Formats: sequence, structure tokens, C-alpha cells
Amino acid sequence: MTGHDHDHHDHDHSELSETELRVRALETVLTEKGYVDPAALDAIIQAYETKIGPHNGAQVVAKAWSDPAFKRSLLDDATKAVSTLGHVSRVGDHLVAVENTPQRHNMVVCTLCSCYPWEMLGLPPVWYKAAPYRSRAVKDPRGVLADFGVSLPKDTEIRVWDSTAETRFLVLPMRPEGTDGWSEQQLAELVTRDSMIGTGFPKTPDAQS
Amino acid sequence: MNGVHDMGGMDGFGKVEPELNEPMFHAEWEARVLAMVRAMGAAGAFNIDTSRFYREMLPPHVYLSSSYYRKWLLGLEDLLIDKGYMAASEVAAGHAVETAKPLKHGKFGLDDVERIMVRGKFGRPAPAPAKFKPGDHVRAKNIHPATHTRLPRYVRGHVGVIERDHGCQVFPDSAATESGENPQWLYTVVFDGAELWGPDADPTVKISIDAFEPYLEAA
Repeated sequence: MTGHDHDHHDHDHSELSETELRVRALETVLTEKGYVDPAALDAIIQAYETKIGPHNGAQVVAKAWSDPAFKRSLLDDATKAVSTLGHVSRVGDHLVAVENTPQRHNMVVCTLCSCYPWEMLGLPPVWYKAAPYRSRAVKDPRGVLADFGVSLPKDTEIRVWDSTAETRFLVLPMRPEGTDGWSEQQLAELVTRDSMIGTGFPKTPDAQS
Repeated sequence: MNGVHDMGGMDGFGKVEPELNEPMFHAEWEARVLAMVRAMGAAGAFNIDTSRFYREMLPPHVYLSSSYYRKWLLGLEDLLIDKGYMAASEVAAGHAVETAKPLKHGKFGLDDVERIMVRGKFGRPAPAPAKFKPGDHVRAKNIHPATHTRLPRYVRGHVGVIERDHGCQVFPDSAATESGENPQWLYTVVFDGAELWGPDADPTVKISIDAFEPYLEAA
């Protein structure tokens, strides 16, 4: 114990402390062996903290809501469509966008590990990587949605995409009512991370303040 | 391998508990672990499938009781020790003692950071024509590889329909054991809920996986 442990993680302090020491030891070994430059590790963390996040996906969704030609190309080949947007060009080769409609709701999971479109949505939240979501999303998606306070009409088809390969899925949620004439920037403010995973909806104009 | 990581359809894990305003990392060490995994992978110590395989090989009780980045840490340690990049005694001592093993792409430095922020490419030229096309009915084979596979247990033996063709990609089952990329055709295969979960399943639910051709047979 260092006595300076103010972390509020769910683990008890002895486990956390042991982990911290172990991580430090590993980094020292890798550095001393000349495998990594610690400054490069700092730079990786900074890049994750500043360059990726749900704002990237939100811009893509807002553009699809505003520009029918972009929406068509996004649904046809998301990798190619997104590569035309300079600021989110890190997506690699295998992005697929799937569209929610009044008839069909899409939801994304990775039952085997935690595959997630980092470049579009940032690092995944803990719940996405944890057993309750990974186990139940494919068997009881309506039950999982209820855990998020989301309910869908009984006859809406639910399509669950299990990310078992390197394909990454981005849900294109339905554009909220009452947003006619909104700019892409205004629309992007309504797009939530969960709405692009399929465990939530975009914010409505009323709820946005 | 039929490990506890293959969770699709298991019961008993409880409710999903989203955390409001969740931070990117819950402790500083989590970020260090993420960075070390990315750096050592990019330096050529392992590929992404091998790193997944090492997390899957953690003992079941460890896998289930460890946080996400703790699993990354334990998997990384095991992998680097197994592949000869360091010794367990060095981690225990907190200092390097043995001679370093050369990395395929050399030391990971500041100039390499930008490269890893662009997602890797897994598409490869096709070694053979595709066996299946969209609309074909296929059965997920009843196979149980003892090593890494991306065919989840809950679909094995079940019939679905090919919906998309993603071209040829690196085959994780081969890459994970460092047996080469062995590119295979990759398809999105859709299953009806009732096909996977029986007659009581929600009739509005369909589930898809992305399946490599060796996982599938005509049905």
C-alpha cells in the first residue's frame, strides 16, 4: 500500500495495490530491456484520451442524417464513406454501419471478448466488456435493453450483431423528430454513445439543454 | 478453446450496470497496461489473436474475477514470458536481468505512436474462390478446437443464412498459434432466435456472427 490510493475501483485496496506494483514492475522490465520508450507509452495514452471518442461516431451519424447521398454510401461501404471525412480516417478496413428503422433495431455485442469500433466510439465502457452484457445480449436482448431503461414495440425486429471477427459495427440510429433544419453540428449533439451501440436512443430536442 | 470467455447465452451473471459519466480509465495503471499491450504488439512481440488467446487461457476463476485491464496485464505477462521476451523472475524482481530478445519491428518509440492509432488491415488476397454466397443456408460446424477460435459455442451445429461476404481475411485460429495468416473467406451469418435458443425464444430476435469459411458447411 502506498497510502495514496484514492481510487474508487470496485476491487479491494490490497488487490489494486498488488496490481499497481505489478504494472510498475512490468513497465520497468520492458523499459530496461529496451522494448519500449516510456514517453511513447505516455503518448499512446494521450492519443486515446484526446483523439478517439464517441464524438467521431456522432459526426458520422449527424452527416448521415443530413446528407442522403452520404447515408447511402455509409450503408453501402462504411469504411469508404468514413474515409472521405478527414478527421475520422483511422477506421481501418472493416467498418459496417447498420440502420435502425421503425421495423428494425440493431444492437452490437462481442460475446468472445470486447471488440468495439474504437475509432468511432472510443474505448468501450466497462459494461460492454463485462459478463452480464456479453452473455445476455444474444439470448435476451429485450431484457438487456430493459436494464438500460429502453423498451421497443413488441413487433420490432431486433438484430444482434456479435462482433466475432475484425468487422466493427456502428449503429445508425433514427433521427429524432423535431430536428428539421438542424445543422450537422446541432444534430451531432443529440447522438449518444449508447445509441450507436444500440442500447439507447439519441437525445430528443426537448431533453437537450 | 471452450473457455469461460465464450459467454454468449450463459445465465447467472446478473443485470447490466451502466456507470453514469464513466471515466476512460478507473485507475492510472489501466492506461499503462493498455499502452504496453499496444506498444509490444506493434513492436512485433505478438499479433492481436495471440494476445486474445492468452487472455482466454487465464484460469476460469481468474478470468471471471479479474477486471478487464487486470486480464490484459496477466495475459501480457504470460505471453511475454512464454515467448521469451522476459523471465517471470524479472517481473518479480522489478528489473531486467536477462538479455533482451530482439523485437521484429524494434523498440517502440515516439515515432511509432501515430501508426498504432490507425486500425490494422486484416483483408488479404483470396487464395481460392468463395464457397458460399449471400442467401446460402449454412450450418456452423460442430467443432471444438482446443486452441483459439472465433466460432462461439452458442451457434455450433445450428443453421443460418449467409447475409454478407467480407472477402478474405487473416484466420484468427491460425494467427493465434503463430501458424501463419492462412487467409479465409469471412461471412456474416444470420440465425433466427428460435434456431439458437429453442421454441420459447423471442420471435422478433435475429443474431448474426461473422464466420470464417472453415467454420461453415452447406445446409
